[in-house]
Amino acid sequence: MSATGMPPGQTWEGGYRPYDLVKEFVIALVVVGMLTAVLAGVFSSPDKRAVTIAQWSRSNPIDFATTAVSELDGTSATATYGPPYTHTPGAGQKIGPISLQRLAGVHIPVDPARDFVIAPLGTLAPDQPALRRALAAYQQASDAQHQHWTTAYTEALTHAQFRNGALLVPRGDYGPVQPILAALLGFARGGGLDGALVTHSQFYATDYTKPLLFMADSTYLEGLAQQDHLLGGQWGMTNETGNYPGQSWLWLYTFWYQISPFKTSTNADALIWAIMVILTLALILVPFIPGVRSIPRRLPVYRLIWRDYYRTVERQPGSPTRN
Amino acid sequence: MTTTERGAAKRSWTAGLRRAGMQALPPERLLPDEQPVYVASWVYVFGVLTIAALVIVIGSGVVLALKGPTWWHVSSVGLFFNSVHVWSVELFFFFMVVHLWAKFFMAAWRGRRALTWVTGAVSFVVSIGAAFTGYLSQQNFASQWIASQAKDGLNSVGIGAFFNVLDFGQMFTWHVVLLPLGIVVLVVAHVLLVRKHGVVPPLPIRSEPATQTTAPVPERDGR
Repeated sequence: MSATGMPPGQTWEGGYRPYDLVKEFVIALVVVGMLTAVLAGVFSSPDKRAVTIAQWSRSNPIDFATTAVSELDGTSATATYGPPYTHTPGAGQKIGPISLQRLAGVHIPVDPARDFVIAPLGTLAPDQPALRRALAAYQQASDAQHQHWTTAYTEALTHAQFRNGALLVPRGDYGPVQPILAALLGFARGGGLDGALVTHSQFYATDYTKPLLFMADSTYLEGLAQQDHLLGGQWGMTNETGNYPGQSWLWLYTFWYQISPFKTSTNADALIWAIMVILTLALILVPFIPGVRSIPRRLPVYRLIWRDYYRTVERQPGSPTRN
Repeated sequence: MTTTERGAAKRSWTAGLRRAGMQALPPERLLPDEQPVYVASWVYVFGVLTIAALVIVIGSGVVLALKGPTWWHVSSVGLFFNSVHVWSVELFFFFMVVHLWAKFFMAAWRGRRALTWVTGAVSFVVSIGAAFTGYLSQQNFASQWIASQAKDGLNSVGIGAFFNVLDFGQMFTWHVVLLPLGIVVLVVAHVLLVRKHGVVPPLPIRSEPATQTTAPVPERDGR
């Protein structure tokens, strides 16, 4: 039995006092409910409209066309991503020698050229003979020929202008790439591509993997995110659009992206996830970790929490602190 | 009922479960009307505030679920309920983090209370997942951007192959069914463990070991 009237820190044989748990809960519920209602009424909640491919292609048609060409020639971020989307050799982040990303494999297969460009335009081709011929010419050409056309067109897009609803590029040997991109741009600006990328297999759809991957390959989405201080280097996911608190509880996860070596590492995501898994397990298992579980008794915070109790005990005759 | 039948009834699984429940949590321990005198700090309120905020989160979430995910974008009433949902989540996390830190400083895992800590900490982790899928289910620009960023982290460790943050349908189901269910189960278990073991006593004044987790369970009048 200790001087506090209990065996080492665990059992209580002292006094009790009335405590109405139900009343406490009801009061807490009313107070939190009122506080929430006031916050909701005064500050509302953020709701910046979702970006559509139509909006992107109308706002920045050159960025749209540049992204679409990179999907067509397999140089986009999605086309070279690796698992779970593509079978790109060597792609995938690693923790030391292990790549969990590659071990998981390709479970959401995406072929950007086919899924983002060829297949959507294929739905228009039956009614557009010129487009049908352009698609056929592209699909029948060799990889080397594809490379020649797309490289030339990508270079041409750096000098492109958009006037009177048309993408104007310097003359060059772009083969069928130019009419394909013109058709895709027109399809996107009309809103058709948004639907085509979602409802590619059935009427009802809730999977936005393809349109989101396509838009994420652009600089347009990133530019909008930067305006709303949502980039990784801006503490990204802890923020919310507008001046609202976001997921501040993710601060530690986001913190690692702000410092070296993670902010420049090609394996940053995997390494940070590994760190966070270890720290999360440490949090859950605090009671079993020697040293960590002893921290509270070395800090005086508990004396603040139980100050009334300690004050009472220390006033008693025979208290260790009175001697 | 014959004597043999009464004996069989007492040995039934149902009777066994009832006996185990009553032994672990008799009514006066499940809903006590008194607490040790040391339970006298405002910091104790944050546990019940967390549960109160969770009730508001679930209540507002149920209203939003009744009308579907598009409603709050096109209705002022829907926007209000979404705002209640958002702010109650913010308060929920604030209260929970204060509660968690307070319990850390109390070394609240002492006296066979390690599982109470573990269920609380796991509740915190699962709540982060629930809030995250909520942000993904908003169907606005924040959802799009968070999904496009978060996919890289999840893909980098192989989780993204099975938990596709770009699939609204999958994230919405996790948000409105699976994760809330997990949180409720964990919080109920956490509260029952608190009731079973009682509120952890103050750290001793002298330097007795404060870290043991296998000390006797506090007992007084069956508590």
